Amino acid sequence: MNGLGLAFSDAFALLAGFDRRVAEIVLLSLQVSGLAVLFGTVLGLPLGACLGVGRFPGRQALVVLLNGCMGLPSVVVGVVVYLALSRSGPLGKFGLLYSPAAMVIAQTLLVVPLMAAIARQVVEDAWRDYEEELTAMGFGWADSVRVLLHDCRHSLLVAVLAGLGRAMSEVGAVMIVGGNIEHSTRTMTTAIALETSKGDLPLAVALGLVLLAVILLLNGIAHALRQWAMRRYA
Amino acid sequence: MFPLTVRELRWAAGGRQVLDGLSVDLGGEGITILLGPNGAGKSVFLRMLCGLLEADGGSIDWGTGARPARGIAMVFQQPRMLRDSLLGNVELALRPLGVPAAERRARAQAVLERVGLAGRAADSARGLSGGERQRLALARAWITRPRLLLLDEPTASLDPGSVDAIERIVREIRTEGTRILMTTHNLGQATRLADDVVFIDAGRVCEHAPVQRFFARPASQAARLYIQGELPWRMAF
Amino acid sequence: MAHGILKKLKLAVLGLAALASAAHAGESIVLASTTSTEQSGLFNFILPIFEKDSGIAVKVVALGTGQALDVGRRGDADVLLVHDRAAEDKFVADGYGVDRRDVMYNDFVLVGPAADAAGVKGARDAVDAFGRIAGKGVSWVSRGDRSGTHAAELRFWQSAGVEPKGQGWYKEAGAGMGPTLNMAAGMGAYTLADRGTWASFRNRQDLAILFAGDPRLYNPYGVILVNPARHPHVKRAAGERFIDWITSPAGRRAISAYRIGNEQLFYPLPK
Repeated sequence: MNGLGLAFSDAFALLAGFDRRVAEIVLLSLQVSGLAVLFGTVLGLPLGACLGVGRFPGRQALVVLLNGCMGLPSVVVGVVVYLALSRSGPLGKFGLLYSPAAMVIAQTLLVVPLMAAIARQVVEDAWRDYEEELTAMGFGWADSVRVLLHDCRHSLLVAVLAGLGRAMSEVGAVMIVGGNIEHSTRTMTTAIALETSKGDLPLAVALGLVLLAVILLLNGIAHALRQWAMRRYA
Repeated sequence: MFPLTVRELRWAAGGRQVLDGLSVDLGGEGITILLGPNGAGKSVFLRMLCGLLEADGGSIDWGTGARPARGIAMVFQQPRMLRDSLLGNVELALRPLGVPAAERRARAQAVLERVGLAGRAADSARGLSGGERQRLALARAWITRPRLLLLDEPTASLDPGSVDAIERIVREIRTEGTRILMTTHNLGQATRLADDVVFIDAGRVCEHAPVQRFFARPASQAARLYIQGELPWRMAF
Repeated sequence: MAHGILKKLKLAVLGLAALASAAHAGESIVLASTTSTEQSGLFNFILPIFEKDSGIAVKVVALGTGQALDVGRRGDADVLLVHDRAAEDKFVADGYGVDRRDVMYNDFVLVGPAADAAGVKGARDAVDAFGRIAGKGVSWVSRGDRSGTHAAELRFWQSAGVEPKGQGWYKEAGAGMGPTLNMAAGMGAYTLADRGTWASFRNRQDLAILFAGDPRLYNPYGVILVNPARHPHVKRAAGERFIDWITSPAGRRAISAYRIGNEQLFYPLPK
């Protein structure tokens, strides 16, 4: 049987059999990436919105920096977080390395620039539309940021989904700071990397298909929500 | 805030002197209509009063001195509405004033009633027709109970019924003691609404007169031509 | 709105705390080890026995031996299980580790395309086999990752009097054992593998064991406790308990009992 055929039948077996180990891995991936995206939403979106609205010296440089950080390789973030969380590093005393918390921290650093950069673009476009109106009403820039974040919520869902996609699919950072420890820090992507290195390519692809299914499911839910909201307010 | 004394306002953009020494005195009562050809500087002048633009030169004396932080509202020619309900959009204007949420809601509901949109309070503001949108924008300005209301062509490209509805609302706002400054190209509307007319051409006030006298005996050549529909567009190069 | 942000932030922090505490439930040690032992499946077999016996969870981080020693040097693991005797002795001598003990050995095997263009099958010994590969200039994939297997490979080239670096047929993968085998399988190249990883490796394609059995191919593993004097947070008692167990008769029995098919992969030390 060829590799791809095997991969698909393995994937169906994994999904149909609801393998407990696979469920555990999927759950951890969702927890870690979900928390990272939650942090990204709470930190990245307002940060991006402030850059979209605010006019201060150094803003252009910050925008360029942010856009550049979108392409940061996850391995680099992983190594930096590893060095910071290592027992010999500045945050070593918390003992977070090789824990899910370390993975959340690394993925948060990965998704915040991405989500902030998208939010910056979305909010800046909206600000161009609303600037006179809001200023005339007496809104300061901080209040304007709040109003625009709320007003752009449907478009900002794209930023959230992009963050989730990046977090769920990256392997470089979680592998280094999580250590791919079974029952503790093994996520979808590190499991795929492991099965690949064991030469079990069909199982690796099958896990990849499961990952794809999870991401598609989340995107589907988000899309349906967005459609509903757009009908309501657009 | 009044009397408002404007002296020698100058403002240039893109190499064009839009305001070229604009001076006018405005008392504390009534509706003043700003007339003048496109590009005369009317909208720029309104934005300056609203605090959206800074003059290059000249002065605006607000009676007490500096421009008051509150009490001025503006309705733009193309009002922008948030992706929210009518109620939410009107309530928005009270937020910078620190009005508590419950009171905001009640006042928004009341003002929607007065502009005839109460039945649609929960609808999306993005789904309104042009006339309804202008009424909503008026409600959003009215709810703050401004001392001075600036209206930039609020009835441009509206059907007669909508124009009529807007004019009734403007009159009602005026009876509550709000001073209104409004631009329009609709001369019939000017005669119906205005107490006095300020005629602006090429960034300068050519004439400031009570409405009847202005239309009966315009003092300046430019005003005469404008009323007859024969004033050529003045795009300075 | 500002309130909403704070609330969400609080939620996120609480979630993080819950994740962190869930991970810390019960006593556990971090064992930095090699991809070869992890991927052979040995840990999945022996660690549940130890955990049941002691109540101590062992979290395995699988790296190359060089990386595992680095992790130990930084204090990010409690115990190391690695296979590069020279580097291990230096690690202890430098004061980073204590209580190094022999645990077990397996052996390296030379794998390559079944057709064996280099004629490695007929080699007198391992050094001769490496010499034949260099002589024919057949494709070779090296780990190139400072792992124990990499270190062993380099010793063989040296013994054979070959300087492979920079040769057209010599490719450095910079990867673990599994990815290196994947490359060799894909390219039809030769490589040196540990028997454990090879036995559990599924993507062999045309690869086969061409040479094995020379005592010089023996691959001994040692266990080391990261020096608690240097890194006070090291879980000394739990770590020592693991070291005592894996070198005890019970640990030796567990190691000997692990098989893939009918093949025993690891042999306890000392013999």
